[in-house]
Formats: sequence, C-alpha cells, structure tokens
Amino acid sequence: MSRIDVKKTYKLFIGGQFPRSESGRTYEIKGANGKFIANPSLASRKDLRDSVTAAKSALPGWSAATAFNRGQILYRVAEIMQGRQEQFKSEILALEGGTAKAASTQVEEAIDLWVWYAGWCDKISTIAGATNPIAGPYYNFTTPEELGVVGIIAEQKASLLGLVAAIAPVIATGNTAVVIASEKRPLPAITLSEALATSDLPAGVLNILTGKVSELAPWMASHMEVDGMDVSGCDSKLETELRVLGAENLKRIHRFGKVPSPQRMLAFMESKTVWHPIGV
Amino acid sequence: MVTLVDGSEESLRTYLKTLPGVDKVGADQRAAMLATRSIKTTSKSWAIDMAIQMVDLTTLEGADTEGKVRAICAKAVHPDPTDFSVPSVGAVCVYNDLVKVTRQNLDANGGSHIPVAAVTTAFPSGRASFPVKIQDTKDALDDGATEIDMVIDRGAFLSGKLGLVFDEIKSIKELCADRAHLKVILETGELVTYDNVRKASYLAMLAGADFIKTSTGKVTPAATAPVVLVMLEAVRDYYVQTGLRIGVKAAGGIRTTKDAIKQLVLVNEIAGPDWLNPQYFRIGASALLNDLLLQRMKLASGHYSGSNYVTLD
Repeated sequence: MSRIDVKKTYKLFIGGQFPRSESGRTYEIKGANGKFIANPSLASRKDLRDSVTAAKSALPGWSAATAFNRGQILYRVAEIMQGRQEQFKSEILALEGGTAKAASTQVEEAIDLWVWYAGWCDKISTIAGATNPIAGPYYNFTTPEELGVVGIIAEQKASLLGLVAAIAPVIATGNTAVVIASEKRPLPAITLSEALATSDLPAGVLNILTGKVSELAPWMASHMEVDGMDVSGCDSKLETELRVLGAENLKRIHRFGKVPSPQRMLAFMESKTVWHPIGV
Repeated sequence: MVTLVDGSEESLRTYLKTLPGVDKVGADQRAAMLATRSIKTTSKSWAIDMAIQMVDLTTLEGADTEGKVRAICAKAVHPDPTDFSVPSVGAVCVYNDLVKVTRQNLDANGGSHIPVAAVTTAFPSGRASFPVKIQDTKDALDDGATEIDMVIDRGAFLSGKLGLVFDEIKSIKELCADRAHLKVILETGELVTYDNVRKASYLAMLAGADFIKTSTGKVTPAATAPVVLVMLEAVRDYYVQTGLRIGVKAAGGIRTTKDAIKQLVLVNEIAGPDWLNPQYFRIGASALLNDLLLQRMKLASGHYSGSNYVTLD
C-alpha cells in the first residue's frame, strides 16, 4: 500500500504566530507548468491591521536591541535558511520554472545577502553618522536611527531573492516590517517565515502576508501607523495610488533597483542630531 | 418597594441560600456565544460613542501626580481635542487624596457635569479597621466626590461573615446618602465561584449599593464576560423583585473597542436596553479610551489610524 502524503497548510505569519486569514479565505496558486500547487491564505485588511499592530508593539524592543545583537540574530536567520536550502530550491523550481542550477543560485545568493546585511548592522551608523563642525563648546553628533514600521511589497518575480533583498536592509537597522509576499509565488516567503520563527528574531519584527497586492497595498499605504513603504513589487499605476494615500502621514515611499546597497538601509532611517557640552 | 431581608444576619443568610446556583458551563457558553455577535457600521459607531460615555477614566497608581490628574481631566472632557463631536466620559476615577484637584481641574476645563469617583475603604485590599474605612470615605465626600467605589471585605465574605460585609456596605451607604452614588466592588477574581459572585451581588444590592462593580483592576482575572453576565442577571432579577434599578460597572482587562462592544452586547441581551445608559452601566478603564478613539477615527476617515494620534497616558 502506498503512503498518503501529508499535505501542508500554508498560513500567514503575524506576531510570531501562524494564523489562517481571519476571513477564512484562500486562493489557488499554480506552478510554472500551469499545474495546481497550493492554497495559501488570502489575507484580508484585518490581517494587515493585526500585522501592523504586531509590528508596532515589537518596535521598542527591536530598535533598542544593540546593533551587534541584531547582527547576530540576522546571521542566525541565515544559518537556519542554509538548512532549508533544498525546500527553498524545490519551491522556486516549481513556481518559477527554469533550471535547477538557477534555483540553487537564487537560494545561495539570498542566504549570502542575509549575511551581508547582518554584517552591516553595526557599521551603518559609522558610515552614515557624523561629528559635525560647530562654533561653540559642544560636540554635535548625527546618527541614523530606525524609521519605525515599514510596509514591504516584495518583488514579484524572484520570489526568494527579491524578498530577502527588501526585508534584510529594513530590519537590520531596527525597523519592524509587514511584508506582502509575491502574489503568484508566495511559498518561499512562507518557508522563510518558518525559518524566522525558529531563529532568535523576536515575534512581530517581521510579519508576512500572502494575498492580493491590489487589495492589501492601499490599506497599508493609508495606515497611519506605517511610516515607510517599499513599493518595488507594484506596477506604476498602483504606485501612484499608494503615494497619494501615503501622503496623509508623510510616508516615505521608495522603489529600489536590484543592486544591494547600504542606501537601501538609509532609505528607512532618520537622522538624529544631538548637542553635548564638551568637558561634562 | 419589597423588603427582602430585615437586616439581621440570619435573614440575610436564609435569603442568600434561596438563590439558585449558577450553571457555570451554561454561563461560559452564553457569554462566548454573545461575544461572536458582529457589530458593524452605524451600530458600531453608536456603540463606540456609547462606550466612551460609559468610561470611568481611571488612574489608580502609586505614582499618580497632580500633573497626571490634570492631563486625564482634560482628556475626560474632550477625549479627542481635534474633534469636539466626541462625547465626554462617564466619570473620572482617582484615589481619595486626588479628589479635590480632580474636581477643580474638571470644573476649569468645562467638565462640571462629569462626576468624580473616589476609591475608598482601604482600596484595593479592604484590609483596614472599620473607623479607617469610614474616615477614608468621609474625606472623599468632603473633597467633592459624587461617586464612591468601595471594596467589600472578601476575607469576611469567604469565611461566611455575611453580616459584617452587609453592615459595612450599609454604613458607607448611609454616609453617602444623597451626596454620592455608591459602587460596591466585589473583586470577583477573589470570589472563586460564580455562585459567590451571584451571592455577593445580592448582598451588595440588599445593603443599598447603587452600582455593583466587578473588580479593582489590581487582580486578574477581572471583568470576564461570564462574570459580568452573572452580575447583569442579578440586577435584572433584582429589578423585577423590587423595582429598583441597580447599575453594573465592569472594570479591569477591558482594553480594546472589541472588548467594550462585547460588554455592550451582554448588557443589551442580559439586562436589557434600559441598562444601555451611562447611568446604569460603566466601564472602568484607562487604555480603552485610546482604542475607542482610534476606532472612531477609522470610521470617520476610512483608513486605519495610529498611536501617534492619541495621547500617551
């Protein structure tokens, strides 16, 4: 008798938990060959709201963690991802098609990118901060600090690499994030959330939703608790709409290219300048 | 008015014995079932405004200062300073020694219609001698408190000294007379069973309480839905028996708009719509008000608001 496969339920990742959508909805995703693959949760605006609440409550703890500690935790995420390499690879292969070689390369690049950003955690304020020249008996320092809660609409095509390229620079600097995964290729994002849940990342720092970008993104852009947005995964028509909605609370909205850069970290940071008397 | 007991401990004991026990499974189930009611759009907006008017805005910390009291008084009058269509809260609840400054600040901010509630009788434990409890209440009344939140002696209640608990409530009620409303805190988290909650509710009502209140907010669990349900049943039945309408105050653990609306559903379904009035139902809370305001903003603007748009208390 042949064994019956144990099928996986693909769920959301909110506040360190794996709930189904509160709406109870799911949607169908198909592979590169047009065959059915899975029924992940179709997140609703209330799931988005809960994610933002979770991200906001995780913010004080995560942003207060030392940069060195954040770097260690991000490196640990890379370690866990390494152990799940095969799972990432088979998901990418099924969803994106292409060769096995290309799939492994994407996974390896994604893991290396985590490590690269992990290394940046305790260096970014050194290169972007400054001791400012002033005419007076004071020191004057500028240091970059986290912006707050950042909404991320991940790149749609490269389902793992695009995701990591967007997430890692945001949380490395002490922000917390709500991510809308690639709409048609969400499985690597769900697997990544399982890696995150078993690393030392505090609950709520990263929240991952699967569902329709066109449904969720406007609620994200108009949410007053969200301080910045990465709209790299949107078309330009939706981006315009999001920029209009986001203007209400002066949200920082950015679209990035493919090249990893410390600029991606600085895009969601704020400069704080303090005066300190000399000799005290 | 029908007199149910003649004031002696014996008659009280006999009467409380006639009360039927609470079906625990049934009460839990009913409360859980009512919590699934969906309140949306116009009903939600009505419920939010009603809940704001029912809030007893509370600060009961050892670290309370006059400055903190000033801030919550301003908030009590106009919970959202950017939107004067938001109603004032039901009352401001403070410790005894801050009653005077609370009254002054409310009056100065145009909130002379808002009552000041003071917690007395050695709140929250109730462990003090009887003369101290009386003096505690007198001080609050003399400073201008128009609502007195007293605690019962749970130790006495649990060891069966019902007469003692009854007499304490009665004496405090005589002190309040026409000057103040008396709310009796049962501290249901320490009463262990729902039967005790029902008994204590009747005991307090028979002794002259104008309100029965779930908890001090210092003990968990506090105002859980089944406990509020049992208390609402008690005031409803008492009204049928005597014609006296007693209020209920749910305090402790009610932090979100969703929790507050669940309480309103309970009030409407168990006691009836006559109790959906700040005169007969109150919610003791501090953090709840901010969430009510955020939800109100969401309904008005159509997008989710954020914690930067309400005060830090």
